[in-house]
Amino acid sequence: MATLEETNAALVEADHSLRRRDFINIAAVSFAGVGAVAVALPLVNQMSPSADVLALASTEVDISKIAPGQAIKTSWRKQPVFVRNLTPKEIQDAKAVSLGELRDPQSLADRTKPGKENWLITLGVCTHLGCVPLGVGDGENRGDYGGYFCPCHGSHYDTAARIRKGPAPTNLVVPEYNFTSDTVVTIG
Amino acid sequence: MSFAWAKPYQPKTELGRWVDDRMPLPRLVYNAVGGGYPVPRNLNYGWNFGVLSGIFLTIQIVTGIVLAMHYYASADGAFNSIEHIMRDVNAGWMLRYAHANGASFFFIVVYIHIFRGLYYGSYKAPRELVWMLGLVIYLLMMATAFMGYVLPWGQMSYWGAQVITGFFSAFPVVGEPIRVWLLGGYAPDQAALTRFFSLHYLLPFVIAGVVILHIWSLHIPGSNNPTGVDVKTEKDTLPFHPFYTAKDGWFAGAFLTLYAAVLFFAPNALGHPDNYIPANPLATPAHIVPEWYFWPFYAILRAFTVDFILPAKLWGVVAMFASILLLFFLPWLDRSPVRSGAYRPVFKRFFWLLMVDIAILGFCGVMPAEQPYVAISQIAAAYYFAHFLIILPLVSKFERPLPLPNSISESVLHGEKEESAPYGLDKSAPAAAQ
Amino acid sequence: MVRIIAFFVGLGFAGVLLISLVVNLVAYVQSPTEPTAEHEFHREPKELHLASDGPLGKFDRQQLQRGYQVYKEVCAACHSMNLVSFRDLAALGYNEAEVKAEAASREVPGINPDTGEVTTRKALPTDRFPSPYANETAARAANNNALPPDLSLMTKAREGGAAYVYSLLTGYQNQPAKLLKEFPAAKTPQGLHYNPYFANLNIAMAPPLSDGQVTYADGTQATRDQMAKDVSAFLVWTAEPKLENRHRYGMAVLIFLIIATILGYFSYRNIWAEAKRQVAPKGPLDPENKAKRNHAKGEAGIVG
Repeated sequence: MATLEETNAALVEADHSLRRRDFINIAAVSFAGVGAVAVALPLVNQMSPSADVLALASTEVDISKIAPGQAIKTSWRKQPVFVRNLTPKEIQDAKAVSLGELRDPQSLADRTKPGKENWLITLGVCTHLGCVPLGVGDGENRGDYGGYFCPCHGSHYDTAARIRKGPAPTNLVVPEYNFTSDTVVTIG
Repeated sequence: MSFAWAKPYQPKTELGRWVDDRMPLPRLVYNAVGGGYPVPRNLNYGWNFGVLSGIFLTIQIVTGIVLAMHYYASADGAFNSIEHIMRDVNAGWMLRYAHANGASFFFIVVYIHIFRGLYYGSYKAPRELVWMLGLVIYLLMMATAFMGYVLPWGQMSYWGAQVITGFFSAFPVVGEPIRVWLLGGYAPDQAALTRFFSLHYLLPFVIAGVVILHIWSLHIPGSNNPTGVDVKTEKDTLPFHPFYTAKDGWFAGAFLTLYAAVLFFAPNALGHPDNYIPANPLATPAHIVPEWYFWPFYAILRAFTVDFILPAKLWGVVAMFASILLLFFLPWLDRSPVRSGAYRPVFKRFFWLLMVDIAILGFCGVMPAEQPYVAISQIAAAYYFAHFLIILPLVSKFERPLPLPNSISESVLHGEKEESAPYGLDKSAPAAAQ
Repeated sequence: MVRIIAFFVGLGFAGVLLISLVVNLVAYVQSPTEPTAEHEFHREPKELHLASDGPLGKFDRQQLQRGYQVYKEVCAACHSMNLVSFRDLAALGYNEAEVKAEAASREVPGINPDTGEVTTRKALPTDRFPSPYANETAARAANNNALPPDLSLMTKAREGGAAYVYSLLTGYQNQPAKLLKEFPAAKTPQGLHYNPYFANLNIAMAPPLSDGQVTYADGTQATRDQMAKDVSAFLVWTAEPKLENRHRYGMAVLIFLIIATILGYFSYRNIWAEAKRQVAPKGPLDPENKAKRNHAKGEAGIVG
């Protein structure tokens, strides 16, 4: 009787100590795993934009010299930005389109600032695969809708820089900007 | 691998079997660092530094790859790109300090690894190739470390490149053309910087390749052990996993703690302030010193001051190269059949003398080239050569080693703490009387 | 064969070294090295305690702002600081508007957008601190051919760091009479200034700080000593702007690693307990083994 009890106690103890041992091994290995993940973070994060790149996040543009019908190309975060002074006819053309027939329905008012409807400011990056559309320089092809035309794969944008024809899925992106004064725009 | 009782790899899953039939990579790993590699059961902590070297090689390669994403090897921009990493890149300061101090710690663990091999006779038959491949790794490390130190293009970088390529000009006739060829110019400049960067990126992968050969050749005879006695039965060994993975694991944690302490709280302690001054080809720093891991060799280089038959400069350069190359002949210079220094009373004393000697050489290497340091370095350098080329062959011939244990497991039974003490002292009385 | 060759090679190297040794010692005895003024009178940096010292050190932002003021109003007249941008000043506790104003108060080289002519414009926060001289030649020409070094990394680029900068700034004095007596040739040349903390004792920079030279916004007394301390602290920041991050991350990493190591150690002990049971049913503490060992030691003459 006593012998049996002793054996049982020994078994229970062996079982117990085995589990405790497993626990500490699992804890040690998990800790090492957590450490490995923690080490991976800076290794991944180092590829994000560095402080000097982030610091270039805003650009000031002087728009006083852009006549109606003209556009300039400037750069913001190393990407081209188109600033266009629309003519009254271009504004009318843009307003005449019914939103229903657009691939990415947006009105001209959605894409400009109130009271500054003639200033169309967009990124010069085609939403298809990132080429720079034509239409800023004098005499460049402005596409079938009189806005911008991307020569890479033939996307046509209208006078409000909305996609009308071709493979691009969405309108040219309007960046965040505001008018610091009547003649200066801060982008970003 | 070479032991009959090594457990063969048995895939646990159907997928494992499928892969193993087609490409036995899991089997290779299992036999190299898993349950299939039997290791002497009595290894002390000196044996942890091999795995640690591998860890630091990995740290260097990983941090190096990400640093190369931000560094540009341009004589005008290299210094500023390093400062860009330190100031603007996310966690850049940590990566750069990890890499710079990682190099120092890589050398620390490799030096301990080498000295362990020296003490326990790990270079002796049948492990000569393991030793020689290790020396190849060491030489590659030195080249990589030197070229890496040039990359920040600070004052020490620049003048280090100047001085080290200057070694070659010591050789008559061919020396100067070789130096100009190495630099791609008459002084270190853009051409030298770009090629050093290219090679600094390449060599670590060559090192990794030689490491594989080093481990392969080790796995044929298996690891040496503190008694130096060959493994005889299964009782003498333990499978690498889980026993040595656990031991290496916790010790790596302890060593990495030390590394982190330096990295985060004294990151420039092992560097030189002059390397925070941009390279200036028109002004040499008052006192050029290499990184600490080269100090003993620098002392040997400068110890030759007299033109005796050959110019002093050539003597210095030849001796410096010889001080490493002679280690390739060590397996044949030391002929004692007993491996472990623990059983070689005379060898043991000379070994510790050598350690002191190398420390003195290192100290002289960092001090300015004036008396009394020059005189001390000359005595120490003379001892260095005498130790390997004269004393070791003589000691191995005349020394009377202590009696060896019959087997590893007997020495273990004798007590964990005394595993390196001669076992069988109780039987040694009759042995000594013989 | 290897050993015979090795013997002679070893003899060769050792022999040449010993010849070198003897030749040197003879030369040394015949004409021992003369002591130099630098050797005798150069001093180690004074002690300097900054808030950023030690493993938990943090910058004293008030002090850094004072230091920046000293740099801007005194040092910047001759010294560039071309690794630091105005945007970095945000770390000293300035808000965005203050950083912009600080930048706008300085002029940097620019290009007229209409004509392309070289001109100057107001600095932006993204600009680096402007250099006082257009190039190295201009800097040398204006300073008697001595180039004022860039200060960005000064506290990491000199032995002694911030303490060295502080000692140098406060260390100007007249040459000791003892020095002139012992080394008449070491008299400070015209245009240089005696400073025992400078490596060769004579520095081209004139004493830059004097009491009350700047007026601190926070009302701190602008003594020479105070300004030197403040600007040294500021230069610690310019050299290592991520110091606080480093200390913070370092503590977290150390604590993590220590816990991981302790866990790993117990795991190792557990795993090895198994191995020891297998091999040594009677361990080293077994009375029988102990007795055997003591006996063996006794016979071998090992005491203890």
